[in-house]
Amino acid sequence: MGAWLEYTINGLIVGNIYALLAVGLALIFGVSHLINFAHGSVYMIGAFVGWFCLTKLALPLPVAFAATIAACALLGVAIERIGLRPLQGAARIAPLLATIGISFVLDQLAQLVFGPDPRSVPAALPNWTVVIGGATIGSLDVLIALIGGGAACVLYAFLRYTRLGWAVRATAQDRDAAQQMGVDVNAVNRTVFAIACALGGLSGLLVGMYYNSIDPSMGFQATLKGVVALLIGGLGNVPGAIAGSLLLGLVESYGVAMFGTSYRDLFAFVLLLAFLVWRPNGLFSSNRRLPPEPLTGTFLSNRLTLKLPRPVLIVLVLAAFALPFVAPSPYVLQTLTNGWIYGLLALSLTLVAGTVGQISLGHAALLLIGAYASGLLSVDLGWSPAVTIPLAGAITAVLGTLLVYPSFRLRGHYVSIATLGIGEIVGLVVLNWDGLTRGPIGVSGIPPLSLFGWALDDARSAYWLTLTILVGFALVQVRLLHSHLGRTWRAIREDDVAARAYGIRPNRYKAMAFAFGGLAAGVAGAIAAHQYSYINYQTFDSQVSILALTMVILGGLGNVLGAIAGAVALIGLPELFRFAAEYRMLVYGIVLLLLVRFRPQGLFGTV
Amino acid sequence: MDHPAGDAPDILFDVRRVTRRFDGVTAVADVSFSVARGECVSVIGPNGAGKSTLFNLLSGADVPDEGVIRFDGEDVTGFAPERFASRGVARTFQHGRVFGNLSVLDNVLIGAHARLELARRGLPGVGAVAELLRALFAPPSVRREQQRLDAEARAILARFGSRLMPRIDSPAHSLSYANRRRVEIARALMLQPRILLLDEPTAGMNESETAEMLALLLELKGEGTTILLIEHKLELVMTLSDRVIVLDDGRKIASGAPDAVRNDPAVIEAYLGHRQVGHDASSQRAAVA
Repeated sequence: MGAWLEYTINGLIVGNIYALLAVGLALIFGVSHLINFAHGSVYMIGAFVGWFCLTKLALPLPVAFAATIAACALLGVAIERIGLRPLQGAARIAPLLATIGISFVLDQLAQLVFGPDPRSVPAALPNWTVVIGGATIGSLDVLIALIGGGAACVLYAFLRYTRLGWAVRATAQDRDAAQQMGVDVNAVNRTVFAIACALGGLSGLLVGMYYNSIDPSMGFQATLKGVVALLIGGLGNVPGAIAGSLLLGLVESYGVAMFGTSYRDLFAFVLLLAFLVWRPNGLFSSNRRLPPEPLTGTFLSNRLTLKLPRPVLIVLVLAAFALPFVAPSPYVLQTLTNGWIYGLLALSLTLVAGTVGQISLGHAALLLIGAYASGLLSVDLGWSPAVTIPLAGAITAVLGTLLVYPSFRLRGHYVSIATLGIGEIVGLVVLNWDGLTRGPIGVSGIPPLSLFGWALDDARSAYWLTLTILVGFALVQVRLLHSHLGRTWRAIREDDVAARAYGIRPNRYKAMAFAFGGLAAGVAGAIAAHQYSYINYQTFDSQVSILALTMVILGGLGNVLGAIAGAVALIGLPELFRFAAEYRMLVYGIVLLLLVRFRPQGLFGTV
Repeated sequence: MDHPAGDAPDILFDVRRVTRRFDGVTAVADVSFSVARGECVSVIGPNGAGKSTLFNLLSGADVPDEGVIRFDGEDVTGFAPERFASRGVARTFQHGRVFGNLSVLDNVLIGAHARLELARRGLPGVGAVAELLRALFAPPSVRREQQRLDAEARAILARFGSRLMPRIDSPAHSLSYANRRRVEIARALMLQPRILLLDEPTAGMNESETAEMLALLLELKGEGTTILLIEHKLELVMTLSDRVIVLDDGRKIASGAPDAVRNDPAVIEAYLGHRQVGHDASSQRAAVA
């Protein structure tokens, strides 16, 4: 009994910390309809600012809190200025992608400045505890509860009784009308970002004190948790976000008590999917709403895009095949083989995100499924890669489609969140299903590529095999795009209500796209498994998903040639310049930011 | 004026006591009417009378809270929009919903999706894979179907004269508002509709364009197409309709031949602003109280 009370208190404390994150996300979503994916990075920066004040400057705790709040509020203003304001006329998804880019940049900068190792945060608090009904409550617990409750009260008073608070609420209800009435909408956005990010940073510092550990990669999970809590409460609903956070904290705490720590995140994402499928409008809304009319004016111009005539393309493909004769360096060939593998992933994503308009943020999970399928079949059953690679493709197509099928009824931002959650779930299942996947140890000793008894273990033959498969998939995809499927997929992307009115079943066509994309990505993952010979649950994580999305946007959403060019450019160029791994992720983040801002149509134009 | 419920063989749409509420507002209240094959029926009424909501109910975009909708004798209440389409109900949207980044021709070809042999449903899963393979290998039957539909779509576009033909390969978002409305109607015709639901087809059109549209609609009517029309331009309604249904505040306040409806006192009151009068009166009462 005492233990359960302890879990409850623990859950509420963690929920309080999530609430500081989720309230900020809800405020931002309320005024700007943007899910700020950089929120976790702000939280991480807040933790580091607080740590710096406490350990390096030896400042007292209240000063450290004040410094964290000030620094993160400034950061929030900067995010609004870079990630939101310039993108107001752009596609709805653009600011979301921009905040993803910002979060990459912040995380990698922190990694470069502070190093990747975790650091401990001294909790400069009196060391007393009380025991209530068998549960211990420490001074930090009380502090967190006070800050959580206090922040909620201050926020309520601000929104309810101040002029600026009224302006925030007016903007949230109707941005255009508020602007007409003389509300400076940009100032409102700036204020909201400052408040939200200050709360997020505070949350980061408290978490650092609570677990006595901070590290530069702590932000991503925090973003996810905040988004889950936000969604449970209903997007943009501030009290809902608090309730969602407490619920999430409790579910996690009880889940960990029953099943163990490695399941903590799995519970969060299963809760996310359950809500997306059954109550996408959150706990407090059950309205059956009609979908809004599509936004006009989101058409990307295809001005100044590269157009390659067919003969040039044929020459380029032949040159790619002839390259091993000219440049037999295994390093170059391996890099390009990796580029072709990512090319297959990008082909898959450009179909799903570009042609069908389902911006998937969890596409790397397909690579992971393909890699594990082929790796396990060949290691455990001793089957030849010639059999396991196509089989892995088929398994990925079926499994991937079944996993996303429940989220087909979602739209826009919700699709992105759902795919992100599904991607995380796949990784966590791989981590926790020891019996099948060997858990955290991963699969090693995966045999090299071979085809009907011919070993393809040298760099050249692997290069040719992968390139052939890539060209094959690209040709098939181009052919499908020119059939009735091409226009049907694009019609669903443009306006699914009108598409359904003309007899198109969106689920069927989304499933076809995901199945074909799953096949390509599964084959890519399988080849990668045999190339790398060792895989684990982190081989293809959410960073790979975002990288794939950057490739696809670089090439032009929906553009087959663009996807391959984007993959080769983003895999090849960093190798060419021999960037260290941290700088590489930084470059990817900056590339994504610049693309969204200055060239949303990509190099070759959207299709 | 209404036809008797459902038993006449030539009744296409039969709507019985349909109601739809949104958060306490009753957008469509207890509305009944029917449309016979080959008839042109117009739905008129002030803004906010519930006309477009009614259309959403009749095409599956929305589901009524109460009431029954029958189409050609079959109970279709609560059907998904794609099932309405497969039964031959083609609709246009109030503000025009073309597929902006698709070419005019592709927009129209989408209209034939419900009757595409190439996209027949088949068994769950297997049917989709079969469709993918048919699209990939394009056997002669598929190619013949595509050529036939291509010719059909061009013939439909040709009905709009020089308005659309020169722009057949342009993306729909580059068209003028009036032309987008025309593309929508072309797309609806491509479905080979058994009934055409047109939601303000002449909105945003000037006088000569409206006259052009009227000529087209008369032509379609002459060919025997059943039309259910929402329209604000009364002249067009009076010329075209066999019967007129008047909605106000979600309720059917009158129906019948155009001339009879035009002179109905309830209709005149609805149009000439009993709302303002009533509103003033009630607010005065409130002030007194």
